[in-house]
Amino acid sequence: MAIDLRTVSITPLRQTFGHLARRMGADKPASRYIEATMDLQPVENYHYRPTWEPQYDIFDTTRTAITMKDWYALKDPRQYYYGAWTLARGRMQEVAEGDFDLVDELGLAAAYPSAGKAQALKVFLPLRHVAWASNLNKAYVSSYGYGIAISQAACYASMDQLGVAQYVTRLGMAFDDLDALATAKTAWLEGAEWQELRRYVEDLMVEKDWFEVLVAQDFALEGLLYPLFYERYNEKLNAAYSPVFSMLTRFQREWYGETTKWLDAVLKATGADNPANKEQLAAWIKKWRERAVVALKPVAALAFGAEADAIMDELVQNLNARAAKAGIAL
Amino acid sequence: MDMKASKKLGLKERYALMTRDLAWNTTYQPMDKVFPQTTYEGIKIHDWDKWEDPFRLTMDAYWKYQSEKERKLYAILDGFNQNNGHLSVTDARYINVLKLFLGSTPPLELMAARGFSMMGRQMNGAGPRVACQMQAVDEYRHFQTQIHSISNYNKYYNGMDEFAHQQSRMWYLSDGKSFFDDAITAGPFEFMVAIGFAFEYVLTNILFVPFISGAAYNGDMAAMTVGFSAQSDEARHMTLGLECIKFMLEQDPDNLPIVQRWIDKWTWRGTRKLAAVGMMMDYMLPKRIMSFKEAWEMYVEENGGALFKDLARYGITIPKCFGQTIEEKEHVSHQSWIGFYMKPGATPFHTWIPTPDEMDWLSEKYPNTFDKYYRPVLEFFDAQEKAGNRFDNKTAPMNCQVCVSTMKFNEPGDPMEMCFRESIYKGEKFHTCSDHCKEIFDNEPEKYIQTFISSHQVLQGNCEPEGVDVNAPDFQPGKQILDYWKLDKRALGDFNGSEDQKNFAAWREQATKN
Repeated sequence: MAIDLRTVSITPLRQTFGHLARRMGADKPASRYIEATMDLQPVENYHYRPTWEPQYDIFDTTRTAITMKDWYALKDPRQYYYGAWTLARGRMQEVAEGDFDLVDELGLAAAYPSAGKAQALKVFLPLRHVAWASNLNKAYVSSYGYGIAISQAACYASMDQLGVAQYVTRLGMAFDDLDALATAKTAWLEGAEWQELRRYVEDLMVEKDWFEVLVAQDFALEGLLYPLFYERYNEKLNAAYSPVFSMLTRFQREWYGETTKWLDAVLKATGADNPANKEQLAAWIKKWRERAVVALKPVAALAFGAEADAIMDELVQNLNARAAKAGIAL
Repeated sequence: MDMKASKKLGLKERYALMTRDLAWNTTYQPMDKVFPQTTYEGIKIHDWDKWEDPFRLTMDAYWKYQSEKERKLYAILDGFNQNNGHLSVTDARYINVLKLFLGSTPPLELMAARGFSMMGRQMNGAGPRVACQMQAVDEYRHFQTQIHSISNYNKYYNGMDEFAHQQSRMWYLSDGKSFFDDAITAGPFEFMVAIGFAFEYVLTNILFVPFISGAAYNGDMAAMTVGFSAQSDEARHMTLGLECIKFMLEQDPDNLPIVQRWIDKWTWRGTRKLAAVGMMMDYMLPKRIMSFKEAWEMYVEENGGALFKDLARYGITIPKCFGQTIEEKEHVSHQSWIGFYMKPGATPFHTWIPTPDEMDWLSEKYPNTFDKYYRPVLEFFDAQEKAGNRFDNKTAPMNCQVCVSTMKFNEPGDPMEMCFRESIYKGEKFHTCSDHCKEIFDNEPEKYIQTFISSHQVLQGNCEPEGVDVNAPDFQPGKQILDYWKLDKRALGDFNGSEDQKNFAAWREQATKN
């Protein structure tokens, strides 16, 4: 039986804030995401110019070649404001914690065949440094991006990557002593397989156009890297050994699946704003996709041997398909 | 069998592995190009690894704690809203505190979020970078939860609906905006002293405790819960600010004079910003927590004094302005409230003359100043109001070129004399409100000549609603300033007789009687 609980009903004077009513075209209740996001960044009457880059205003649309009639069209389909984001990540970390505990409890890491372990750690552990670079590059997008829609999503993604770097570190600690992490760091700094990838992320650290950084880091690089290692390579290890690595990298896979929805929506809205944006996005994607393939191929070879090229080709096709779906013709 | 290496690690080593061990010195791009901002201010850092992590929170733990806090917080907000919690506040005058808060605070928390993101990108050192990033994402939390907690009030009361539009336009919000614009346009180390240290450490208690306790004392569970929930974040932010100061001072003796100048500057700039907190405590809270003077003594003189004693071993001395702030604690709240009362046509919150009981409370709390200087003014205004001659100052205010406060503070040592200072720069005269603001101006005139002062900008035709032709022959600057501000007329002027007052009374009647 449904019970009709009653509260004293008072007619409100208005449903929402003025800036949201104008944006929605009507005075109607706004979601917490909308309230926490829309039109909040200052856009005018700045007092001073930055001493570190006096050519720009504090927030400046000309920090990127992309132009938008409305920067808040770059909405997040996940509707992540801080509360929603942290609750989602809270759930994911609970699952990850359970996975790490289970692996520990059952001694799954110790029982993992040593050949497989060596193979897996060689590929996975240097990725903690890639995630660290991703954290930094996303922090750039979040710092200099225009409007709270993009700045907050990039901020959350940047923190997510710090989390990923830490989960990979824990993976190393779960499987081996600290030497594995040290070896992986040496490989990252000196190993021939990793240098093109390191060059790629370091080059992005000096790239000034924040939107280009977003495209290069999040779409071109991670759009290939995540499926390559966290999906394909895990599948390979699962088939040959057991799904322990899949368990301990579940966070990364879930994160990628979810974050892709956000990024694709951002690209789609950006391209839809004007044809010049579409061209610019296509040019960036092509440029950085080629470089990402060069950067990832040696590591893919490390992981997949002779099959590496075919897998990379397939992942590039998938990436192209994502671009096409976002309305960007390459 | 594999050793469980993680179990042998101490918290510090483990945290280092989770943060700074992830970092490396770039070689494909030079480090000074990757981190271009950390040298031009003159601060010398020799070894970033000497940074002591002020708190050691990995992301998994962060998500765990924060999601628990968020779940509770939003459950309370939902309950409060559903049950017309706004009617449980002491008296509808209290809601004006929320109007003042919404206009002034979430926009600044947003600037803190963006500023700390920049620090989290620019700091050349993995330890401070991660700590700054964590503060950045916390600041997103703060401005969003504040907006969410006040959003329901906006549905029922006037003056809150255009805070986002007004943040960069309202004359009286310009001081807070200039404070954060100043910090964010400074270099990264000055930002850390300005926001991380002066704001979040020296002044944070007197900023937030009065608002949160004020909410608690006045039945506003929504704002109270938001405030309490933010406290554990603030504790982390305080340790970051302090660590940053210590780190700079330990790295090189040449840093001391630079840091000292910033501490002097930002303690003063923060103090000017607090005048509004003072008037909130002494005049706007129907149920008072303590006087601004008492709060100043407890949070700034005692706690701040102890802090600077602690920093003396680095050669830091107490901020130059300290003496003046102690003298001013008996004046600024009264001067501010009277200042706002005199502008009934220009703020989205209401003002009022304190009741006789409230005046007696002020006399008791301010034995040296209230009866002598401020009661007579308030009683005069009260008599004028009752005689149908409500005082209304329609002229544009004169503002300080540095802190952008309206000129209303007194000459040190002479409460009957207004304080004015001026500097000549490149043949132009610039006005400041005090010796300390003048010194700030004289140190960096190229920066402060840029200050956006509404009173001047209005006259130049820069504060007009869209569509106004400033070149039309009959153009009158400022004639449509209410439209430029999008200021709802119902939100203006006196609380007595306001729509808020009537609605609150009627709704409370409806909610509590049959």
